[in-house]
Amino acid sequence: MTGVTERTSEPPRLRVRLRARELYGYREILWNLVRKELKVKYTASVLGAVWSLLNPLVFLAVFSFVSAMLGGAVEDYPVFLLAGLLGWNLYSVSVSQGAQSVIANANLVKKVYFPREILPLATVGVSLIDFVLQSLVLFLFVVVTYGFAIDRIWLYPFAFVALLLFTTAMTMFISALNVRYRDVQHLIGLALLVWFWLTPIVYPAGTAYANIITYAHGPVLWKLYLLNPLAWIVFGFQGALYHSSDAAAKLAPYTTGQLAVALTIVSAIAAVAVYLAWRLYFSMSGDFAEEL
Amino acid sequence: MATAIEVEDVSKRFRVYREKPTSLKQRLLSGRTRAEDFWALTDVSFEVPQGGTLALIGPNGSGKSTMLKVIAGILRPTKGLIRERGRIAGLLELGAGFHPELTGRENVYLNSSFLGLSRNETDGVYDDIVQFAELEDFMDTAVKFYSSGMLVRLGFACAVHVDPEIVLIDEVLAVGDEAFQARCLDKVRSFQREGRSIVIVSHALDVVRQLCDRAVMLDHGRVHAIGSPDDVVREMRLTILHHDLEFAREEGSKEVEIVHVELLRDEAPLQGPVRSGETLTVQIDLRAAERVVDPVVSFALHDATNSYVFGDDTARLGLDLGTVEGQRRIRFGLGPIPVTGGKYWITLGVHSRDNARVYHVQDERYSFEVQQAEGRRDQLSIPVTVRMEDL
Repeated sequence: MTGVTERTSEPPRLRVRLRARELYGYREILWNLVRKELKVKYTASVLGAVWSLLNPLVFLAVFSFVSAMLGGAVEDYPVFLLAGLLGWNLYSVSVSQGAQSVIANANLVKKVYFPREILPLATVGVSLIDFVLQSLVLFLFVVVTYGFAIDRIWLYPFAFVALLLFTTAMTMFISALNVRYRDVQHLIGLALLVWFWLTPIVYPAGTAYANIITYAHGPVLWKLYLLNPLAWIVFGFQGALYHSSDAAAKLAPYTTGQLAVALTIVSAIAAVAVYLAWRLYFSMSGDFAEEL
Repeated sequence: MATAIEVEDVSKRFRVYREKPTSLKQRLLSGRTRAEDFWALTDVSFEVPQGGTLALIGPNGSGKSTMLKVIAGILRPTKGLIRERGRIAGLLELGAGFHPELTGRENVYLNSSFLGLSRNETDGVYDDIVQFAELEDFMDTAVKFYSSGMLVRLGFACAVHVDPEIVLIDEVLAVGDEAFQARCLDKVRSFQREGRSIVIVSHALDVVRQLCDRAVMLDHGRVHAIGSPDDVVREMRLTILHHDLEFAREEGSKEVEIVHVELLRDEAPLQGPVRSGETLTVQIDLRAAERVVDPVVSFALHDATNSYVFGDDTARLGLDLGTVEGQRRIRFGLGPIPVTGGKYWITLGVHSRDNARVYHVQDERYSFEVQQAEGRRDQLSIPVTVRMEDL
């Protein structure tokens, strides 16, 4: 069973199945790193994991207040906001932490061999656990608000898969790039801020559509708006969870079926992006130990 | 016998930036970055047979740690090829990956996973690890509260409970007190008995000679010597001295020549180890073919790791040799010897008082061993008096 490993100057070509099997062999490190991050994050804090629930709740309070002040209150705002926000948090935290993932573990990278992909994957893993915890709270809101009459819930997995794939791709990509160009970590903070407001999380997509379409070149602008994969992912989450009487006006102007198809396409594109980001990461990671 | 590791013509280049531009702006502004190439390894080739133990030795900066990292897969070779059969565990740093906020137990699991153990496998050896580290009462304490000694013990305990076919060890043997080092050596020997292949980077040349069946000496990134540990270690000693003192192992104009040297104990040729506290005489017979004015005879002692220990010369000792012609005998009485445990190498030289002319130098040609006092771990033997007084 002793396999032969060859190490050469060439960055080895990424052979997905082989590498995936190798990664699987090192899964223990992944679990341990995720566990470590969680432990370290909440160590010596009294409330511990409650903090990760507090964050979206404070967000919720702030934006409820703001939207009430602006007079454009959305019905069942907690469900509406959290449906989009939790997915966004998974994405944005993964990407911004992912930028640091290799650098923060420099001592490991320089001293120990393991497939370097584990570092950004662990970052995604940590955010994923937060996401799951927060989603439990969200589902509580949903059930309290609508009971179990949530017939569009089947859209949820479509959005979730697309989100996870896209997040993984971007996290790997940013993580690799930031080792060579430290600008990336500064850039990503700004980019995420702009990106957040370009995504219909705080404001309803239906309202955004109604406004944009009235501008000159409205349909073109809307198409540009739709280039954002996260917009589709958020449409999906909101479509699955938001069932207020006003839903038709607030949700994106697409049927559930159309959204499912669109999310499948987004997932397919994200899967290709994962492959490309993985390839880039894989070829760059051989030099991480000397670039740090 | 099959080979565990084949290293074929491996070279490794590092780019050394004057000031490393790591941001886009710096890169764009500075145009062509002033990168200089530094070849840490050049055309290095060697093999480790399955079950063999190979030592990588060399002066500081010779590339041995780089070589180990290339074998471990941490660095990628710039040229060449490395072929490995079997699972590798690199003990490049004890406790790599320990996180201060985690408890001893959590760190054992984290660290073991880096060494390739699954959770179940770690479960199986966990008690052994704790016992080996002698930290039964501290496993639920965050390691930030550990002393450095405890950390090393825990790191080592994790490291030696791995189950790879190939083990890479970098200077691990150099940490801890003597008892701990003895346990490290025991563990390496049991790795050997189990038929694992081992690559050790070490400065402890005596350990290399005891432990390894083959040695490679690197110098400036090239293979300088390869072969049996005894030969390579000898070559290493000579080379290091060459670097340090800027003269060869034996050189000089030979106007005054060292013709015979004898180490004496109680006026009899030295046999067996010296005990600490005994006196040793270094007797040097010189011959001057012609008249030489005011030569100075000096000696230096280096220990097994080639660190300079002590030296002196006739000028400093206030012995004026005057004009030398024909035969002379110089006797340095060393003692009582204050050190304990280890091998010492003697370098002898005859030169002019201002060091401008070197008549004859013999590098580390002679050696003696000092016996470790039984049941003690002292580095030094200091005369101690003790008494009790009535008050």
